[in-house]
Parts: sequence; C-alpha cells; structure tokens
Amino acid sequence: MRPFDYQRATSFDDVSAGQIIAGGTNLLDLMKIQVMTPDTLVDITRLEGLSEIQAEGEGLRIGALVTNSALANDARVRAGWPLLSRAILAGASAQIRNKATTGGNLLQRTRCPYFYDTSQACNKRTPGEGCAAQGGAGRMLALFGTSEHCLAAHPSDMAVALTALEAAVEIRSADGETRQVPMHEFYRGPGDRPDIENGLGKGDLITAVILPSPHAGARQTYRKVRDRASYAFALVSVAGSVAMEGDTITQVSLAYGSVAPHPWMDHDVVQLLQGETASNALFERAADALVPDSAPHPDTDYKRNLLRRTFIATMRQLTGPGDTAGTDIARTQG
Amino acid sequence: MKTTLTVNGRSHEVDHDTRRTLLDTLRDDLDLPGTKKGCDHGQCGACTVLVNGQRVNSCLCLTAMHDGDEVTTIEGIGSPERLSALQKAFVEKDGYQCGYCTPGQIMSATAMLKEMRDGAPSYVSDDLDAAELSDAEMAERMSGNLCRCSAYPLIREAIAMAAEVEK
Repeated sequence: MRPFDYQRATSFDDVSAGQIIAGGTNLLDLMKIQVMTPDTLVDITRLEGLSEIQAEGEGLRIGALVTNSALANDARVRAGWPLLSRAILAGASAQIRNKATTGGNLLQRTRCPYFYDTSQACNKRTPGEGCAAQGGAGRMLALFGTSEHCLAAHPSDMAVALTALEAAVEIRSADGETRQVPMHEFYRGPGDRPDIENGLGKGDLITAVILPSPHAGARQTYRKVRDRASYAFALVSVAGSVAMEGDTITQVSLAYGSVAPHPWMDHDVVQLLQGETASNALFERAADALVPDSAPHPDTDYKRNLLRRTFIATMRQLTGPGDTAGTDIARTQG
Repeated sequence: MKTTLTVNGRSHEVDHDTRRTLLDTLRDDLDLPGTKKGCDHGQCGACTVLVNGQRVNSCLCLTAMHDGDEVTTIEGIGSPERLSALQKAFVEKDGYQCGYCTPGQIMSATAMLKEMRDGAPSYVSDDLDAAELSDAEMAERMSGNLCRCSAYPLIREAIAMAAEVEK
C-alpha cells in the first residue's frame, strides 16, 4: 500500500476530506495492489445513525453501514424480501459479509482483470489510457451497456436484488440535503468516462437504502450461475419476483447481474410477461427479447445462451407448481 | 499512530503505521503467529479471527479502524492442555494435512457454529428460517476457508463432531 493519512469521521462534515472507507473489503484489496492510491482515508464506521434497519411505512430503511450479514439475517428481510437475503448470501464469504456494508457493496469496483492489473491499459483506472480488455481475454465481461472505452461488468449480487425490488439509494450531500435515487438510476453507463460509475458528487454520502413495501405472496428467487459452487462472482444471475393468479402472471420484476456495468433491467421483457399465462413458449419469447443478437467481446458470447437458459429456468421456478429449493414466498409480518 | 486492542482478553496498545493490517499487528507486533497469512487478499481465510465475536479476514482489516475492539485468535480459544471442542475434533478426525489453513478453519468454524445456533441462513438453506447443519450447509458456510491439501471431507467431519459435542 502507498502511505496515506487516516482520519476518523466524527460528523458528516468530515466525509469530504478524502476517500471514504467503511468495510474496506474491496478498497483495501485494491490499495494493496495500488489500483487505488488515496492520500487520505476517512473512516465513517463510527458515524451514528447509519447502522440500523428501521421500519419505514411498510418498507425498510437500511442504514449504509449495516453489514451484509446483518441485512441478510434480518427477520423482516427474510420474510418480506427473501430475494435480498438470498442474493447477499450468494455473494462473497461469511467473513467478507461480516465486514462489507450496504453502501460499500453498491460502490464496489469491477473485477475485470485489466482493471486489477496496473501493467495493462484501463480507462476505468486511468481515463484515456485505453482498454486492454478490447482484444484481450474476458469471459467475465459484460453483454449489455458497454462502450468502446469499457467492457467491464458490475459484480454485485446485492445490487441486482435491490434493483429487482425497486429500492432507492438515500444520499446526503455536503450541504446536508438528502435525496433518494431509484436503484435503476443510481449507476451510469461507461460512455467515454468509465471511471465515473454513478451519480454521486463530491461530498455526497450514501446514508441508506430504502426498500419499498414487500409484494406479499410473490415468489422470489436469486439464481446465480458461477464457475464454482460458492465464493465466486456470477457469470450470470437473475433476481426475480413473480405474483400469480392461477396461471396468470399478475406482477413480475426482474434484474440481471454480471451482464452489464450495473444491474440490468429490461422493461420490454416485463411488458411481455405481465398479465400473460405462464408457459414455456412465453418464456422463450421473452428470452428472445432479452438476449442480444451479439456480444461486445467474443469471450462473452457464451453468456447469451447462459442468460437465456438462466432466465427461462428462473421463470419456470417462479411460476411452476410446488416448492422449489431456493424459492421463497414474500410475506408481511403479522 | 496508536491503537488499543483487546486480544484474547488482554489489552494492548500498539504503535503502528496507518497501513498496518490487523493480521500483521497480531503476528508481528503482538507475537501471536497462530493466525496465518495466506493470500493477504481475503480469498483464502487463513487469517480468520473473531472481531467482537464475528469472523472476519484480518488481512482486510486496518488496525487503525479497530480501536477498542475485542479480537479472538486461535491462541485465545484453547491451549494444548485445554483444547476447544473444535480443536479436539480436528485432532480426532485428522482435519488437515499440512495444517497451515487450520487456525483459520477452526476460527471460522467456531463462529459458524454460533451462527447456526443463532438461526442465520445460508444461500443453500431450503428454508431461510430453519437451517440445519448438513454437509452442503457446512461446505457453503465454510467456503471462505480454502484448504489446498483438500482435507475438506475430514474438516466437515470434525466440525460435525464438534457440533454434536456442543449440543
């Protein structure tokens, strides 16, 4: 690691003084290999009021410092938003989840190998330097939403679930104002500045994630496909929540992970499914709409078929008869 | 800079560079080499310790951020004369070959068994509200601890044995 000053934030006024650190599970890793070299670290873990999960209406307000473990284990989350518990538990290891925070998870960086390798060109690391993934090896790269400047995929599982659950990010600006940004508007595509990954400005701090009221009765799952059974980033993942009346899909929300620079959504696919009778033919048609005709990098071409199959399997799981392992029914607590 | 830590019940003040990790503090400043450095990137779990009762990778902890915290290492859960249930079970079941990952495995399993008792679910739990210790659950819950000798079946046997003893 390069030398840095360490400051412990005691109030919100301190957060603009440098690079914020909370769980540090991704940041310290990147500092050790000098991909990130902050001059000053501002430790926000002792700020008050950011570590609670509070009921807000029928939803929840999740403080930015709530750990991944605490969030996944919370009885209210398991009951009302089981998809979120599953997605978090699908990510990283128990040790990492005990440290990693809600806000930090949203801000974790890509695991593109060229971003990690300082001897290779990377526009996300050094704007204007070029992208070694173009023409390089890249089976973890994205399928959607890339630009010629960056092909990297966002690695989070939790953010995919929060997107499917239509959560919002609460942000406090340096002047003390608070705003809420829906998950699907929080990230920005790479364009010509892949180093800018979201709409956070200087002095902005994520203070919470807001979960809206649960879709009681909806079946939910987080399906993750990866190279090994545990502790691996997704190749493709699908977060889904479906409510049915008989064979008819009355409510559906879906988000897709590890296929884009941010959790991916497709409103056309939702439109195709909503109000229709669940059937394999319907899911095939929706998959045709979802999956692109080509991949931005030859090494991710396999993800087109993998996404198609994972999507169809998820829809079958969420609409089929009987209990399936890994499927939970969202419920309100009486 | 100075940081005060309680390690295995004893308070220590350490003077350190801001870059110091908890792992290096334990091994090099406090002479507690039971905690091992494997990858130093949070991938292998050899450095697992308990911080305020929760298992973490000490290689991904800045010492500066843990002022006032309580740390438990492998040296703190038992001694050669008085082994913990898990330590005993690892010996009994031969839950290792080279032994380098073993302190991390035992610290991780110590926390994992408590998480089970507290009802914490895992990704492979059929019911998020009623997880039971099985081979699949142990494999999932211990996936942050690698054993390059691949002693996994015996590690699971040892953990299952300790879980029975603790019941």
